Amino acid sequence: MKRALWTLAVLLSHWRRHPMQLATLLIGLISATALWSGVQALNQQARASYDRAAATFGGTRTAMLVARSGASFPQQLFVDLRRAGWPVSPVLEGRVQIEGRSFRLLGIEPVTLPADVGNAPAVGKADLQAFMTPPGTMLVAPETLADLKLAEGARPQANGGALLPPLRVQPNLVPGVLVVDIGVAQGILKMPDLLSRLLIGKATGRHAPLESVAGDKLRLIEPDAETDLERLTDSFHLNLTAFGLLSFFVGLFIVNSAIGLAFEQRLPTLRTLRACGVSARMMNVVLVIELVSLALVAGLIGLVCGYFIAGALLPDVAASLRGLYGAQIPGQLTLKPQWWIAGIAISILGALAAAAASLTKAVRLPLLATAQPFAWQQAQRRWLTYQSALALAAFAAAGGFLWFGDSLLTGFAVLAALMLGAALILPMLLEVVLSLGQRYARAPLGIWFWADSRQQLSGLSLALMALLLALAVNVGVSTMVESFSRTFLVWLDGRLAADVYVNAANDEQAHEIRAWLRERPEVEAVLPGGRADTQLAGAPLEVLGLPDHATYRDNWPLLQSADNAWIKLRPGDAALVSEQLARRLHLSVGDRIEVPASGGNWTLNVVGIYADYGNPKSQIAVNFAALTRRFPEIPLTRMGLRVAPEKIPTLISALQEKFALGDRNVADQATMKAESTRIFNRTFAVTAALNAFTLGVAGVALLTSLLTLANSRLPQLAPLWAIGVTRRRLAAIELLKTMSVALITTIFALPLGLLVAWCLLAIVNVKAFGWRLPFHVFPLQLLWLTGVAMAAAFAAAALPVIRLARMQPASLIRIFANER
Amino acid sequence: MTNGNPILPNVTGHVLHVTGLTKSYRAAGEEVAVLRGVNLTVAAGESVALTGESGSGKSTLLHLIAGLDAADGGEIRLADAQVSELSDAGRAELRRDRLGLVFQQFNLIPSLTVEDNLAFQSRIAGRHDAAWHGELVERLGLGRFLKRYPEQLSGGQQQRVAIGRALATKPLLLLADEPTGNLDEDTADEVLALARDLVTRSGCGFLMVTHSARLAATLDRQVNLHAGVIA
Repeated sequence: MKRALWTLAVLLSHWRRHPMQLATLLIGLISATALWSGVQALNQQARASYDRAAATFGGTRTAMLVARSGASFPQQLFVDLRRAGWPVSPVLEGRVQIEGRSFRLLGIEPVTLPADVGNAPAVGKADLQAFMTPPGTMLVAPETLADLKLAEGARPQANGGALLPPLRVQPNLVPGVLVVDIGVAQGILKMPDLLSRLLIGKATGRHAPLESVAGDKLRLIEPDAETDLERLTDSFHLNLTAFGLLSFFVGLFIVNSAIGLAFEQRLPTLRTLRACGVSARMMNVVLVIELVSLALVAGLIGLVCGYFIAGALLPDVAASLRGLYGAQIPGQLTLKPQWWIAGIAISILGALAAAAASLTKAVRLPLLATAQPFAWQQAQRRWLTYQSALALAAFAAAGGFLWFGDSLLTGFAVLAALMLGAALILPMLLEVVLSLGQRYARAPLGIWFWADSRQQLSGLSLALMALLLALAVNVGVSTMVESFSRTFLVWLDGRLAADVYVNAANDEQAHEIRAWLRERPEVEAVLPGGRADTQLAGAPLEVLGLPDHATYRDNWPLLQSADNAWIKLRPGDAALVSEQLARRLHLSVGDRIEVPASGGNWTLNVVGIYADYGNPKSQIAVNFAALTRRFPEIPLTRMGLRVAPEKIPTLISALQEKFALGDRNVADQATMKAESTRIFNRTFAVTAALNAFTLGVAGVALLTSLLTLANSRLPQLAPLWAIGVTRRRLAAIELLKTMSVALITTIFALPLGLLVAWCLLAIVNVKAFGWRLPFHVFPLQLLWLTGVAMAAAFAAAALPVIRLARMQPASLIRIFANER
Repeated sequence: MTNGNPILPNVTGHVLHVTGLTKSYRAAGEEVAVLRGVNLTVAAGESVALTGESGSGKSTLLHLIAGLDAADGGEIRLADAQVSELSDAGRAELRRDRLGLVFQQFNLIPSLTVEDNLAFQSRIAGRHDAAWHGELVERLGLGRFLKRYPEQLSGGQQQRVAIGRALATKPLLLLADEPTGNLDEDTADEVLALARDLVTRSGCGFLMVTHSARLAATLDRQVNLHAGVIA
């Protein structure tokens, strides 16, 4: 034990003498762990929220009975089933608007509510009476209370004027949900004696078959392990995970580079230790202990950093998930112990993986080989050939995934193989370029410049690979976001074609508003709108009603359509389908779909496919009049207005004054577009932040590689200084060399990044979101990223170069003398 | 031979017996016999110079004795230990506890101070003797340099540290491979004189590989390795 401790002390003493190397190693491990753990914290937080949502009084985790057609069914069915021995509990669901904001209202019956309904908050016995007797109690999550800007006990007013029950906080409840007694809910939603579903508890005895009690009115839905939200948001989390993984690998590049260099520098020490009687077994064990100890320290620091990163990104992630999928994520980060354990484990495993090559070398360390601190540089040359062969294999794998794959995962596999291949082939490409430079150089210093750059390459190649990957991902993701942004704005012009949008509190108010608008001369057209929710092929479907008007005919963003599509829409037996739905169900123009409607299935011919970016639900658009015939129960509160632009502000003011409408109930086109664009930008704020982090880590990788190489470079530079090249000139040459290899790497990264963007747009986005965006190249953006890369390379090279320029002649003499 | 010196472990007679030692290497596809049946003994307290032309196998013989490499045939016995029969761990233990090694390249641990370098082997052997350590520091003239790092010392000073480290465990045998090869003549004489002095003081055996006939002549006995055998 004492022997091992002494050996460990000797190994650790290396870091004391080389603090920069230790810092490099720790920075690499900390960055890798922090970014990976940060992303995992975000994913974990989101998934926990989905679970909460799913478990809220009969989400997808509970078996339930729902109407076979339509959204609701008579309450009498509940009574009949209870009498027949079914352990069912009724739920009514709808939406209410408070202060212009929409909330999900759930009516429950606490007495019959099954005890095993997920982690749903139970209504305590003491509060049961208050909950069930008028005015009742409305349970909300703390976040919802904060959103409403009300205190507990306050009674909010719904937009229709109805006074809602007093608020009470229920900490486990999902945000955005209001829970009341079912009788209260039926009153608020004006759905007397109607239910949305029946939750099924654990059966205690035999009960009559469902059909014998409810006929064909109800159908059973089995509990589902994966929630709708989980399914919808899988792609988003996969995206985050991919970024986390990339940052993790870039971090490990730093670790690998630091450990590799430290190992090479310690080779003589390791041989001396062996010569002094340390057995090979003990040395290997101690090397692993040393690495694990360092990884443990770095892992803990990395986890704390990861926590802060996750905390900083959470608001944007929550905004993205809300904007893209309507998922509610609380703004406060709560982490499970597994997260901490997994973070430490990933740090240790990452360090061991990054050090695997060095540890293997240590195991096989020949005792008698002459100490050659830089033998790895020659070995690296041999590896160039193997690496290039591996790169070709990776490219072939990418091609295989592209050709045969048909899922989101294979989309990411294409990207991963492509980037791995590019990183592996980079040193060979640089070697070719530099040797060409050497061949055509004439001046002696020029020849040395190219030759020395080649020699330096092996030490820098990992950092340059990190730079290549970070830049390529930056180019790829920025191009995708910009392409999306450009397409989105054009699409928004088409979708938001009306000049003013009005959302009345209820049908009566909508009727009054329409009558009032007809009297206003500045209103050129009133375009009624409505939407119904149903299910198609096991997934939610939104049915949108569009009036037959030139506003839609001229602007609606159709990707494909039959001849006279809009005319075919009029009779009510045709529909336009969203791109997502068309891709999911492999629909083409001319196909037919059967949509469950209130009165039975509705057969529709597909006459067009339109872009519907950002909508998590599948959607179809039908004639408005046909929609109201098929779904008579839907609220008809929405309308779009065509108004001359200069008269918009006056009309909005008049509407607000006359009908007491808030900003959320009446908005002009410009405001809607600005709001949509804001949500869009927020959605990609996380991507931008992770992009910046990755590039930052790559910059650190380059800096640390240059710093660790700086000392070993001096023996190469000292002879030049000795024969009359000034320190200033040497420093300038060193800077130029670093900038040159960084520039070559950047030039290679640009087309690679565009390829990544194409993969994201044509493969990953299509699989993840169901839509394909046009591919655009943005030259100014590429120029900007090149500038950023060169600035990062300059910053990384500056410190070692300044040190060289300021080095005392005595130090150079000593190095020169010792190296001879 | 009995040594009455309290520093040396109680070993009498020969500390090293090498009998019929053979070793070959493959070079450019051909088998090259480096040692063809070497016989050699070193007694406790005796200093022996091993000379021979370049490539005669001097260093190879030293490495085999130190257990740094394995012989093809023959026998190496260090006191009561059969070196050729030991496992890697056993040979490591032998180097740690019974041998002192000094190389031409000094092979100090650059991240440790002179003081820690001196004490390193004796500490991992669990045989650190503060009094002997102090005596070594004094005799080697390293008192002023204890807090320095190897890179801050001259070649002669570094080799003195290497000798001190090798002798700190009170080995049975000190093996030195061209210990003065990197030093100028005056420094070489000074370092070797110190080594001889300490060997005499400790009473261990001393086997030194050297090219220099002048330095070899200063030791008790000279053996010449020629064509793979002791001439």
